[in-house]
Amino acid sequence: MSLETVRPSPGFEELLPIEYRDLVKHGQYGRDVKVSEIGKFKELVEEHPMCAGCAMTLFIRLAMMALPNPEHTINVGTAGCGRLAISQANIPFIYGNYGDTNSVASGLKRALKLRFPNQVKDVVVMAGDGGLIDIGFQGLMHSWFRQEKFTTIMLDNEVYGNTGGQESGMTLKGQILKMAPRGKEVDKIDAMGLAKVAGCAYIARIAPTNPSRVMRTIRRAVLIAREVGPTYIQAYTSCNIEYAIPTPDVMQDAFDVEKERYGFEEIMTDEAKAYITEIEKKQKELAKANAKK
Amino acid sequence: MSESTQTKEEWVPKGDLQEVKDPEWLFHEAPRETEFITGSEAAREAIRRANVDIAISYPITPQSETMQQAGYLYDEGYIKEYYRAEEEIGVMSALGGASRAGVRSLTATSGPGLMRGMEAISSWPGARTPLVLMNMCRVINTPLAIQPDNIEISFLLNTGILHAHAENQQDFFDYSLAAFMVSEQVDVTLPAVVSVDGFFVTHARGQVSMFSQDYKLPPRDGWRSAVPAMDNENPPARLSRDAPIQKSNFISYHMHASWQQEVFAAVERSAKYWRKYIGDLIEVINPDAEEFIVSSGACVSQAREAVRQEGEKGREVGLIKIKTIRPWPKAELFAALKNAKRIFVPEFNQAGWLHKELCSTLYGQIKADIIPGPRVYGGMTMPTEMVLEWLAKYRK
Repeated sequence: MSLETVRPSPGFEELLPIEYRDLVKHGQYGRDVKVSEIGKFKELVEEHPMCAGCAMTLFIRLAMMALPNPEHTINVGTAGCGRLAISQANIPFIYGNYGDTNSVASGLKRALKLRFPNQVKDVVVMAGDGGLIDIGFQGLMHSWFRQEKFTTIMLDNEVYGNTGGQESGMTLKGQILKMAPRGKEVDKIDAMGLAKVAGCAYIARIAPTNPSRVMRTIRRAVLIAREVGPTYIQAYTSCNIEYAIPTPDVMQDAFDVEKERYGFEEIMTDEAKAYITEIEKKQKELAKANAKK
Repeated sequence: MSESTQTKEEWVPKGDLQEVKDPEWLFHEAPRETEFITGSEAAREAIRRANVDIAISYPITPQSETMQQAGYLYDEGYIKEYYRAEEEIGVMSALGGASRAGVRSLTATSGPGLMRGMEAISSWPGARTPLVLMNMCRVINTPLAIQPDNIEISFLLNTGILHAHAENQQDFFDYSLAAFMVSEQVDVTLPAVVSVDGFFVTHARGQVSMFSQDYKLPPRDGWRSAVPAMDNENPPARLSRDAPIQKSNFISYHMHASWQQEVFAAVERSAKYWRKYIGDLIEVINPDAEEFIVSSGACVSQAREAVRQEGEKGREVGLIKIKTIRPWPKAELFAALKNAKRIFVPEFNQAGWLHKELCSTLYGQIKADIIPGPRVYGGMTMPTEMVLEWLAKYRK
């Protein structure tokens, strides 16, 4: 899809819903948006049925804003809270079977490359901790080992939120949750370490405390996945319901957890570093030149 | 294999040297040459001519040979993309992903692999993903066995997947090629399975007449489909983004119900294309007989021989071979069996799925006894004598 496909043909414009017209006129297509522009442009995801105060929703909103090429992006997800918001974005969304995201994305990405050899199509998996590290573990790991060129974003709320609060592989040891009546017996899985071992080109751990950093991280991950190899972002996106975080305290919790054990970490291969440095250098130069005009 | 004398720049994918031809011409008019090959080799020759974009493999006996042959075809450039996936859930999920992007997609599996991939497989029709799964039937464990037995077909009956059951190596070649064409029709847009009985057909040789390997099927056109491909080449539409059917209200139930109805209606609509490419959905021998054998797959061959031997003794026994399990040739079966007095249903499985299908079709319609057997399973072969014994027993 080029931007021409997004834009309505003359004469048809007035037949389209205002939402869509706004998206074309005032959306993020064809440009990079900044966090400071929130409220001044039509976002790809606006309405959603997520719980009030959900940190995951904030993260997803930022993730959509960060996509470098939304008109050529396909999101892949699985069962879990996140898809309730992801499916509302103005981006094709594949909602597959339980834990099948990284297998689906492997076939999808390779097939898109066959059909559109001259057009980059970004594939982004966005799924929960349970969907990726438990039921989707095998597909996740093998997509990394195979060096599949797409981004995986784990929305890590450390619980099965959508099914009502069961422990997941990413839950902390000792945490009492459903299906862990005596507290979780084993440690939180070191998914970052696994990503390293499996050869991800870019790995980041992040909490949604710094919106600009969230966007930069996602942009980097998507761009590196295009050319270099698989990329992985692990984002702390707390569940205020199952962890009983009062709604006004959700962001404070994110800051606290970030400080305690979820600090920002970014790991990339030399190849990825050289590639992204070059891109960002050019972007900066372009921005400078534009500012002078 | 890639030729070591060629440099990378000089290498030309062999698929690019093939000429695209009209499928009807290929199936019915193109000159053919006959070779004496195994079922797995017949599969390879079908894949070579099928203009496959992506093939995703995972080994399991007795299928492995087919998908490793597909690997060699990829290496030669007959297939554009190929990889060995993590296991069957991964294979079937990835294949669904590839088909969603609008390319021609292929895999093959057997019994336990089919069961492992079943969650993904059973969601293909609802996702409207045209693709072909070659299924080399095998015992479902346990006890662990690798022997032929086609009980796995019973698990596919109510999924909304198109399903042809090949009798022999020739059928496997013909049905597989037809399956690609049928599954990609706009008013079908469904996955297709072509089953064949493992070992009896896959590892045994038979005569297969084939059109030239210089020809191939037309490519899949990703734009022609009942639902848009997930390729981001259409303006984003709520249909492909929203998930209203997951909400609990009457509209969502209604949507899901009508979506299912449409999938099964598409299965029925596929019948006309199967007829166009492989002829009638059933084959009938001795249509005026009162005693009939109705079967599918390799079992038909044993029944064929039993019918021939009965004929030598002056007794006319009818035979019906069912080529497509889905679409189920209900009208054809009813018409062919309306005057039958006794119907035998030999099968290579314990469950008797074919017998049950037949009973539900014919219940209240005809007066014939529909006899549940003979059956063999767990890897046993069905001697012609067994069919003859059953015929004799019920005549008394």
